[in-house]
Amino acid sequence: MSTTQIKSLVIDDSVYETALTKKFANRKSYKPVDPKRIEAFIPGLIQKVFVKMDEKVKRGDKLLILEAMKMQNNVLAPIDGVIKVVPIEGTVVKKNELLIVLE
Amino acid sequence: MSFKQKLLDLFKRIEKVQVGGGEKAIQKQTAMGKLPARERIKSLLDHNSFHEYDLFVEHKCDDFDMDKKKLPADGVITGTGSILNHPVGIFAQDFTVAGGSLGLMHARKITKIMDHCIKMGIPLIGINDSGGARIQEGVNSLAGYGEIFYRNTLASGVIPQISVILGPCAGGAVYSPALTDFVFVVDKISKMFITGPEVIKTVLGEEISMEDLGGAKVHTEITGNAHFYAESEIECFNQIKKLVSFIPWNNRKKADPVQSRPPRPSYNVETIIPHDPKKPYDVRDVIKSICDDSDFFEIQERWAANIVIGFARMNGDTVGIIGNQPLVLAGVLDVDSSDKAARFIRYCDAFNIPLITFVDLPGYLPGVDQEHAGVIRHGAKLLYAYSEATVPKITVILRKAYGGGYIAMCSRHLGADFVFAWPTAEIAVMGPEGAANIIFKSEIAEASDPNEMRKIKVAEYTEKFANPYIAAANGHVDSVINPAETRDFLIHSITVSRNKTETRSYKKHGIPPF
Repeated sequence: MSTTQIKSLVIDDSVYETALTKKFANRKSYKPVDPKRIEAFIPGLIQKVFVKMDEKVKRGDKLLILEAMKMQNNVLAPIDGVIKVVPIEGTVVKKNELLIVLE
Repeated sequence: MSFKQKLLDLFKRIEKVQVGGGEKAIQKQTAMGKLPARERIKSLLDHNSFHEYDLFVEHKCDDFDMDKKKLPADGVITGTGSILNHPVGIFAQDFTVAGGSLGLMHARKITKIMDHCIKMGIPLIGINDSGGARIQEGVNSLAGYGEIFYRNTLASGVIPQISVILGPCAGGAVYSPALTDFVFVVDKISKMFITGPEVIKTVLGEEISMEDLGGAKVHTEITGNAHFYAESEIECFNQIKKLVSFIPWNNRKKADPVQSRPPRPSYNVETIIPHDPKKPYDVRDVIKSICDDSDFFEIQERWAANIVIGFARMNGDTVGIIGNQPLVLAGVLDVDSSDKAARFIRYCDAFNIPLITFVDLPGYLPGVDQEHAGVIRHGAKLLYAYSEATVPKITVILRKAYGGGYIAMCSRHLGADFVFAWPTAEIAVMGPEGAANIIFKSEIAEASDPNEMRKIKVAEYTEKFANPYIAAANGHVDSVINPAETRDFLIHSITVSRNKTETRSYKKHGIPPF
């Protein structure tokens, strides 16, 4: 228990006076996943890129290899689309860094 | 050699090994606020009670020049002694010897004590202070760890197992404490993690200190991996002695009873709950108003604080107490609080400790983060644990008991032996506001003044349902009691259930939602 400040919490339309926990106060609000934006799921190295700008891809096509945790991770297209943003081979990327944008 | 010479030779050998890593290494240890391993054992156990085994055990490794290295006691001190005059088994890793690293013989010393404790039915206390696996021994150190984890599991629920983290406990090593019943940590001294800061930096590029990654505060406030927090090793040892006084020595016994003491007069059971049902109070005040000497030994105080667990005594007998905490998150159930309570229930059930549950909750915590974290699966653990337990189960409904929360908090339906309710109890499917909005939705929408209609309907619902009498009329509640008589009712229930037996269908074990 971190804070003894009494705030309010709504459960089923009833408003309760109570303290909140740090975990609760810091919880991330939900953001739906956008399949058109492909982000790095882990920090690593862009080892090889298989697609070019404006290239048409189908769902399941191999887009690039992200090397991380001593493994070559294949990043596949989640939907059909056209490549609008593409990374450069040899770049080191952070977690959640944007790699590819589809249209 | 004469008898006298042989005796002197023995003393010399003992002295040589007991000095461990040497004066310099010991000074380094104490400079960090850490007691040397043998000192720790002496402080924790009864005076002069420690008998050491395997002092002269040596490792057998000869890779990487290890054959040239002599490691006193192979870096771990093992033996038996007593706490409160009762035998216990103990091991303490010696950080001054090769960083307390674990090799095969080091591990075998530990597993020998573990086997003893299981056979003799005495508690096992492990003081962890180790750099981890002894790399030079390769797969043999892994074998050592495996043999320890296996026995932690075999001993689980048979004898109490206590882990004390008084130094680094990293990588595979940390799974031994995780398999034990109670983990004690000390601020700035305990460090527990699977992968350390260096690896995390190299692989993920994230920077974090050892303390922020796996220090005492992290494990008692965020992860729930530890159960007790202390600011010094001596404080920690006092906590361990107190815990040991509450629990039985093995699963075939009940905890030793002590003399009964009345609660302290400063806790008045009648004045703790506020008039307004939406206002909070500290459920620990209720607990302290009914237990012996108002002495409530709380476990995991700072984690999942919306539920409270701990040991107390009623008329001299140990009981396990669980209570929703309206002071934090309105006392809702969620992922962490379900885990916290469920494990405690199973501990009490394994060791013949009756359970007393205090209920005051509005339901489960809503939110996408809770749902995606699996509140379904975790919440189910609580239902499973209460239903499975065959120790006496006594429930006291203090205030709100709505919906699924009412069921989950040891209701009659999950096998509670005695269910009492205070006059302030509200046993209903939902809170009045939520219920009125659903049941009288059309009336409120069609009214000339919807807000006024809502107020009327909420008052109607409150009048009819926000009380314990419908549940009492159905026999779901045994008695609606005068709060001032709570302690009496609880003591009587525990006395009546002293020889409780409950038969179940044969099964090897169930499949709880891990």
